[in-house]
Amino acid sequence: MTVLLPGSLDEALQAMASHPTALPVAGGTDLLVHWPQRPELHRQTFVDLSAVQELRPLRWTTDELVLGGLTTYWDVIEDGRVREEFPLLVEAARQIGSIQIQARGTWAGNIINGSPAADGVAALMAYDGVVVLDSTRGRSEIPLAEFYSGYKQMRRAPDELVTQIRLPRREYSVQIFEKVGSRRAQAIAKVGVTVTRSASGWRVVAHSVAPFVCRCTALERCLESEASVGSPDDLLPAIREDVSPIDDLRSSAAYRERVMARVLYYGLLEVCPSFH
Amino acid sequence: MLRREGLSKLTGRERYVDDLPVDDVLWGATVRSPEPRGRIAEIRYSPTVDWSEFVIVDHTDIPGRNAVYLIEYDQPALAPGYVRHVHEPVLLLAHPSREAVRRAAREVEVIVEPDPPVLDFRIDPGPPLVQYGVDNVLKRLSILKGDVERALSAAPIVVEGVYETGAQEHVYLETQGMLAYLDGDVLVIKGSMQCPYYVLKALKPALDRTEAGIRVIQTPTGGGFGGKEEFPSMVALHAGLLALKSGRPVKLIYDRPEDMVATTKRHPSRIRHRTGVDEDGRLLAQDIEVVMDGGAYVTLTPVVLSRSMIHAAGPYSCDNVRILGRAMFTNSVPFGAFRGFGNPQAHFALERHMDVIAHTLGMDPAELRRINLIRDGQTTATGQVIRDGVDRIRNLDRALELSGVERRRREHWLFNAEHRYLRRGIGMAAFYHGAGFTGRGEVMLDSRVQVEGRADGRAEVLCASVEMGQGQITAFVQLAAARLHYDPDDILIAEPDTQRVPDSGPTVGSRTVMVVGRLVERACDDLRRRLGLGEGLGGDELKRAIADWHASHPGERLLGSARYEPPPGIAWDEEHYRGDAYGAFGWAAQVAEVEVDLRTYEVQVRDFVSVQDVGTVINPTLARGQVQGGVAQGISWALLEHCAFQNGALANGQLTNYLIPTSADLPPIRVEFSEVPYEHGAQGAKGIGELPLVGSAPAVLNAVAVAVGRQPTEIPLTPERLMALLDDPVPPAKRRESDL
Repeated sequence: MTVLLPGSLDEALQAMASHPTALPVAGGTDLLVHWPQRPELHRQTFVDLSAVQELRPLRWTTDELVLGGLTTYWDVIEDGRVREEFPLLVEAARQIGSIQIQARGTWAGNIINGSPAADGVAALMAYDGVVVLDSTRGRSEIPLAEFYSGYKQMRRAPDELVTQIRLPRREYSVQIFEKVGSRRAQAIAKVGVTVTRSASGWRVVAHSVAPFVCRCTALERCLESEASVGSPDDLLPAIREDVSPIDDLRSSAAYRERVMARVLYYGLLEVCPSFH
Repeated sequence: MLRREGLSKLTGRERYVDDLPVDDVLWGATVRSPEPRGRIAEIRYSPTVDWSEFVIVDHTDIPGRNAVYLIEYDQPALAPGYVRHVHEPVLLLAHPSREAVRRAAREVEVIVEPDPPVLDFRIDPGPPLVQYGVDNVLKRLSILKGDVERALSAAPIVVEGVYETGAQEHVYLETQGMLAYLDGDVLVIKGSMQCPYYVLKALKPALDRTEAGIRVIQTPTGGGFGGKEEFPSMVALHAGLLALKSGRPVKLIYDRPEDMVATTKRHPSRIRHRTGVDEDGRLLAQDIEVVMDGGAYVTLTPVVLSRSMIHAAGPYSCDNVRILGRAMFTNSVPFGAFRGFGNPQAHFALERHMDVIAHTLGMDPAELRRINLIRDGQTTATGQVIRDGVDRIRNLDRALELSGVERRRREHWLFNAEHRYLRRGIGMAAFYHGAGFTGRGEVMLDSRVQVEGRADGRAEVLCASVEMGQGQITAFVQLAAARLHYDPDDILIAEPDTQRVPDSGPTVGSRTVMVVGRLVERACDDLRRRLGLGEGLGGDELKRAIADWHASHPGERLLGSARYEPPPGIAWDEEHYRGDAYGAFGWAAQVAEVEVDLRTYEVQVRDFVSVQDVGTVINPTLARGQVQGGVAQGISWALLEHCAFQNGALANGQLTNYLIPTSADLPPIRVEFSEVPYEHGAQGAKGIGELPLVGSAPAVLNAVAVAVGRQPTEIPLTPERLMALLDDPVPPAKRRESDL
């Protein structure tokens, strides 16, 4: 096992450039869970980013919240302004593992791990988050909603690091984060839906019901059109267009589809005049 | 009194077997079968590993009989060419590097020519699937009282139901682990276990050694729940084989995934009830069939089936009872001991069924129970006369009162009518659990305890009962200190070491305080008697007498001892399963309040009340902990712990997808004891460890049934299953009006 320990962002980008198969490690919370059972990982090269402190702080500009590449869930939970302007980030962060995990795990790591069940990614996507990727070759910026292309497939070149996640500051009239796990804490999502509404329109994001966390454009159209919805079942056609849940050890496709409809319906019933 | 070993556990200073520093140690690993059944055609060693660095043990290295002996010799220590379940041990490896041995175990391929496996215990196997006896029945038992057929045909109402329970993993915090090494000619085994003498008993025939050639020492044990009753014998045997072959100390420590997939679980069950009742709710006949999945080897299954059946008719008086039961062989990882030992399965079915009966009759389920609960002088299914002074009806009423059932029912009615998607309900269970071994079991165990008066005047308790988190050390310190009028600091508890402590039986079956604790008291009395002191004497006077005795008997040991004697008047007919099944029963009633979320089909238990009669409570804090822990484990079995089996082995063998509850998943658990002393238990105590788990699942499911207006019959009631139940238009209970 080789571990590279860059001390600055420049060194980190150099390390990534010169070791194209290296795995960047931030909090290590996804990597280490299965470490003893994954001996193939033990021969990998890792770039440990923990000393690149310039990536840690989150910052505010007039029109954006910018999370750093090493900003942790706990950093967000602790930030009063985030709680006010982006409450779903705090809600999602609180749902991720234990406090120990929240203190180490990073938002960028959640994105790059690429789990379809990533609670943090769902909240970022519902706020129109943009992923900023840097490499020695330069910078690219990709909306999170366009970042994934398949299970664990994403638009990151092997030498790129996530250095920022930018979230536009907007007025939101609706903000809903619903995660259904197998228990009430420290559980991986079986079904998740996140909904926001701003001047830019409705955003509906689903997790754990498709190969990757995704925007639900059919549901968004249904909400924009103010189509009448009288029961959870009325949402099923749009849900079936948007997501493709599966049977696995955690749950069943039938449960995921049904519960997504019911959680959405009862959540929106409170805020949507077209729901009755 | 503070828990004696509490601080070292809290601060992380306690040393479990994996923490013991050992020079020159090798690390062991187990290579297991990938198939549920078949002949081992070949074992392939990957050329990428330098195998000369490894100690390799297979079945030909076993000096004695290739079996993990407990009840039968049927379970091989290492598969001798044929496997009967996935994860069956085939080979053992050892190497100085823990990493290297773990990696190497993956580089051995066991090639099995598969035969068809039997994987569903509920289906009668055809001839190619029969692998045990003529019909795969590991054990068959029956309990008969009165004339069930006649009573059923005469009954105005007959209610039927079929109930199923799933397996359950123990999830003790410390995984299985053993250290083995040679000390001269003696093979020393140290590790995590409930029953040092079971390990010794299993090692003797397999290693062809005498008792003097084996020394078994229990190390501080991080939880057992029955999972360390029989399984540690297997781990100890494997570690011992590697140590004998290598001549070096060997540690064999399971990691969590291996522990979860390869070790025993609670027996899955299917239980059918056919119950005759009259219009007032009096039980006229109970016809019960119990079927259990035993897995691929006998292990403790016959005894689990026996305990399940003895309790299957519940704490109720009924003149006509027929309980037929069988445990089936399947090509599953063997099922084994788990807190409650078959009784939680029995009571889930029975207590769920009692609510179905009440629903069928349009009766308050509490009233149905009150009418039928055993009064002193009435008999259990085996004909045992209960006369212990416990008021079982009062205990039920007290649990209902503490839960505020009347008020809650009214509140729920309003709440459920108003709320869009939340539904609340309240449910109860009445239940019992026999403490100690069944029938003549305690007599057969012939348990012994010694109390040694040491030269400095302190007293040391020598027994094979172990501390595994339940508080045995603290309880025994209290019992001995009270008996000898000593300060607790002057009582020592010996390390369980088979070359130093007598066999006081296994640490199982809710027997430790009641049975072995009583022996501690009697051994204290014997110590005093040996010094010629009267009964009431103790304290400093006793200390001085002990010191004086040592002055006049240099180099000798002063030992008080006690041997089990059955309470007078106990009679059990093993052949017909009639008579006094247990010396004493613990009785309890529990009430659960739940909220069901119809968006997600999740059940949240909001409140839980437990009223327990376990005789005299020795240590209120530990006793409350036992009840709360048992209830938590029972709620979890009812709602969360789903064993997803593939090819007879756990597919969700990690704690990310096999879920046990967090504190957020559990309600406040309110505990009250009704303490009617049992004259043959230590200070009047009865067993406590298993009872609370027994009646937790049915109380929760009965509350769910009230909340959603359907009758669930299967646990765990996962949200996915509850969704299916609410979709199903046909309620399961059947009612037949008699022609009479």
